Order: sequence, then C-alpha cells, then structure tokens
Amino acid sequence: MSNLVQIAYLISSVLFIIGIKLLGKTKDARKGNVISAVGMLVAIAATLVNLNLATFPEMLAAMLLGGAIGLYYAKKVEMTQIPEMVALFNGFGGLASLGVALSDHFLKTQVQAVEIDMVNSVSIIASVLIGGVTFTGSIVAWLKLNGKMSGQPITFKGQHALNLILLISFLVISVFTHLNQVDPMYITLLVVVALLVGILIVIPIGGADMPVVISLLNSYSGMAACATGFILNNNVLIVAGSLVGASGIILTQIMCKAMNRSLTNVLLGGFGQTVAGPAADGPQIVIKEVGVEEAAMLFDSASSVLVVPGYGMAVAQAQHVIRELMEQCEKRNIDFRFAIHPVAGRMPGHMNVLLAEANISYDKLIEMEAINDDFPNTDIVFVVGANDVVNPAARTNPASPIYGMPILNADKARTVIVSKRSMGKGYAGIENELFGYPNCLMLFGDAKQTITKVVGEMKEMS
Amino acid sequence: MDASALIILIYVLVLASYLGFELITKVPPTLHTPLMSGSNAISGITIVGALIATSELGFTTLSKWMGLLALVLATINVVGGYAVTDRMLKMFKKK
Repeated sequence: MSNLVQIAYLISSVLFIIGIKLLGKTKDARKGNVISAVGMLVAIAATLVNLNLATFPEMLAAMLLGGAIGLYYAKKVEMTQIPEMVALFNGFGGLASLGVALSDHFLKTQVQAVEIDMVNSVSIIASVLIGGVTFTGSIVAWLKLNGKMSGQPITFKGQHALNLILLISFLVISVFTHLNQVDPMYITLLVVVALLVGILIVIPIGGADMPVVISLLNSYSGMAACATGFILNNNVLIVAGSLVGASGIILTQIMCKAMNRSLTNVLLGGFGQTVAGPAADGPQIVIKEVGVEEAAMLFDSASSVLVVPGYGMAVAQAQHVIRELMEQCEKRNIDFRFAIHPVAGRMPGHMNVLLAEANISYDKLIEMEAINDDFPNTDIVFVVGANDVVNPAARTNPASPIYGMPILNADKARTVIVSKRSMGKGYAGIENELFGYPNCLMLFGDAKQTITKVVGEMKEMS
Repeated sequence: MDASALIILIYVLVLASYLGFELITKVPPTLHTPLMSGSNAISGITIVGALIATSELGFTTLSKWMGLLALVLATINVVGGYAVTDRMLKMFKKK
C-alpha cells in the first residue's frame, strides 16, 4: 500500500474523530456529521486509487444500489421508527464485515491457494463471530421493534446451557477451521453457529430493554469493523471501528444505569415475566378519571407544566399535538417544559428526536437529574405514554422488580394527569401505584385524540 | 502478518478506543440518537474492506461475490446512516 494512501487514511481517521467530537455539541452536531461523512469519502477515494480499475464498473453498480437503498430508507423513515432503522443498519454493518471476512478467507484458500497465518485466522474467525452475531441479533431486534415479532421475552429451559454449548462448539470449530483451511465446511459451520448465537442472545430480551440491546449491537458493529481491520492490516478500519465500539459500550452503560440493572441481568433476559402473579393479590388501585374539559381547565389555571413523554407518545404520534398544547400554555404564560428519562422510548435519546421533529426547542427538554427537584413545585405533571419511569414503587417497594431504578418524581407534583390508552400495565408487567395516588388523574384514550380535544377546549376558552 | 505489524494494529486499537471513550462520554443525552445513527454510519467503514474484496477480477469466485454483497450492505449503512443523521440533526433547533 502506498504511503499516500496511508496518509489519506490518517486524514480520514482524524476527520472521524473531529466529527464525533462536534456531534457532542447541539449547535455543531450537523457540521460534525458532515465532517465524518467527508472522512468516509476520503477513505473510499484513497482505497479506490490502489485498486484494479477494470473492476470499477461493478463496484460503482454495487455502491449505487446500496446508496439508493440507504438514501430511500433514510428519507422515508418516520422519526418514531428510528430505533428499528438503526437496528437494521447495525445488522447490515455486521453482515458486511462477515462478508469481507469470508471473502478474504475464500480468496486465500481457493484463489491464491496460500496458507492463512495464525493472526489472520484469528481475525477472520473474530470477524465471522462478531459480524454474524451482530447481523442476526439486529434482525431479531428489528423484528421486535417493528412489531413483526412479539416484544415479549422468549425464554425456554436450558437456554443458557445451549448458548454455552454453542460458544464452546464455536471455539472447537475455530481450531478445525485453522487446521483445515481448504475445506469450506468448517468456516461454513462457523458462520451458522455465529448466526444462531445472535438469534439466541436477543430473543430472551423484552421490548423495552431494546435501548440496551441496540446500543450493544451498535458497539458490536464497530467491533466487527475493527476485526476486519485486523484481517486487512488496515488502520482506518481499526480507528473507526473502535470509536463506534467505544460509543456503543458507553451508551449501553448509561442505559443499564438508568434501569438500575447490570448488563448481565439485561442479557439473561426474561425480565417482567414472573411478576404478573403477585400483582393480582395486591391492594386494588382506585383511580380517578378526568375528562378533556376538566383537563383543559386544569391546564388553563396552572402556572407550571412538566410533560413526561414515553414510548406511548411515539406510538400515538402525539408529539405534534403536544406542541400545540405547549403553544396554548405559553400564550397563558404557563412555564412548559419536558422531563426526559434516559430510557424513555426504544433507544437512547428517542424522545428528544421526536420532540425536535415536532419543532420543540431543545432547551425545553430537561434531563432527569436536572429536573427531579422541580417536581414538588410544579402544578401539573402530564405523563404521556410513560409508565415504569414514573412508578413510585421503584423508590418505595423493595419487592418490586423495578425497585432501585432511578425515576422521575412525577408523584411529587401538585397534580398528575396521566394520558393512557387503558389501564394496561407497563412493559415490566407491574401495577403503577402512582395511578391510585390522590393527586393523580387518568385521562383515558388515544393520546393524540384526547390531547387534540384538550387543545380544542383551550382554544375556545381564550 | 508478523508480530511487529500486529503490535502496531493493537497500539492503534487501544489508543482509538480510549479516545472514543473520552469523546462519547461528553455527548449530552439529547444527542444520543443522532450519535448512534452517526456512529452507525461510521461503522460502515467496512466499505473499505468490501472495495478491496470486490477488486478481484472476474465473477467466478465466491470471494468476489462475498465482496459485492458486503459492498452493497456497507454502502447502505454509510449513505443511509449519514443521511438520516443529517435529517434528524436538522430538526434540533433552539428558539
């Protein structure tokens, strides 16, 4: 590889680093993304310089096809569907790394007929494992997120034993793959096992644990790229891959902390399955309903409102009517802000994107630590499609499965209005005692429809 | 690959991971979704490997086809990832 290409890769690596750095500041983030994209272009251009030009037409065709699909999806996707898109793209990244690893293996064994040395062999095998797991794991996550597969955890007896057996057999087959490089059977078996492990890792994880899973798969897709870098002896792949790997791991940690659970606990899965029973024996919760007119009057007479959005808001597509509610309140000089729990939604920062889409200024969105002391001084807390993140049982009931999870102190407000489709339980399958509190009122119905009515009432008042 | 080449790669891996941890820790939660889709696009750097794999002449080998498959997927990842991140970041406004 020529020195010039190496220098171009160095420039590209630096551009990725600058890009990610700028992505950390709200006003520079868009520029950061562009810089990182330029870094990618530099890497692609530098690679092409060194390659056989005779193969350029098929490269162009493949890139045009991939680019068109990517662009189409990126333009068409709804903001509520971003988690599933990221999950799917993580999977593509994983499969691409797996493809590169296999290609290198077959090139050396079938075309060039050279022996693959130990380091290369280990890199190829690592790339197959991480890439394969990322691919099928992401596909399962994608299916769970878009509802084509139940979000319920799927567990069966001997699941962990099976995973262990698969991992051990992967190691054993790896040795055979290295010793019998020419026989394609062994590497094919490796691919099959890796794909199986990916499925088995994600099926026991419940829908609302998806923020953790997507973050983790994001990290894996970076690590897969990294492993590919070791195969090709290429630094830019390693730099970019490890940046993504590190990013995914940090987000995973943040998500786990916000749920007060360890990563092992999330990955072992089955959360929320066993707790449905005792809830039925507990004291019956007596709730108070509120109608849209009364709710509108309550908003009208408040001086401060805090909205707690959750995944239900995304499902109901209620973010735009919430902005209208905000406009009505601000007309009346009511302080109107949003309290964002780190695991609200199906991926880190999901609520922020939806509210940004509804044209709500980002300085209105306050993080949990910064807002939690403000609840006691707030007139109305409006919970839209959130449940477990405002369940006081996390503070008070050591028997609750969510005990110890940091929550938004919504119950401390003077009045809590909960917009909810029905009295169904949160994903954890547990009763929310907040709904029975004397200061809590339930506003039943589809969030978008009921809030539209509330806004209508408020418009008539003024 | 000889040991010295491997050591350089490991060197790069360790330093870049450390840098990644330092950089990402400073990203505010508001930007976590664009960060994830943006870093998803960066993980499409595998496109470099896919290009090299596709540069083999002819269409008769498994390695060539694997390269082509990887190239399509990595390009989806790169183009789609950057485009959707830009679309999201465009909406983040302060009034």
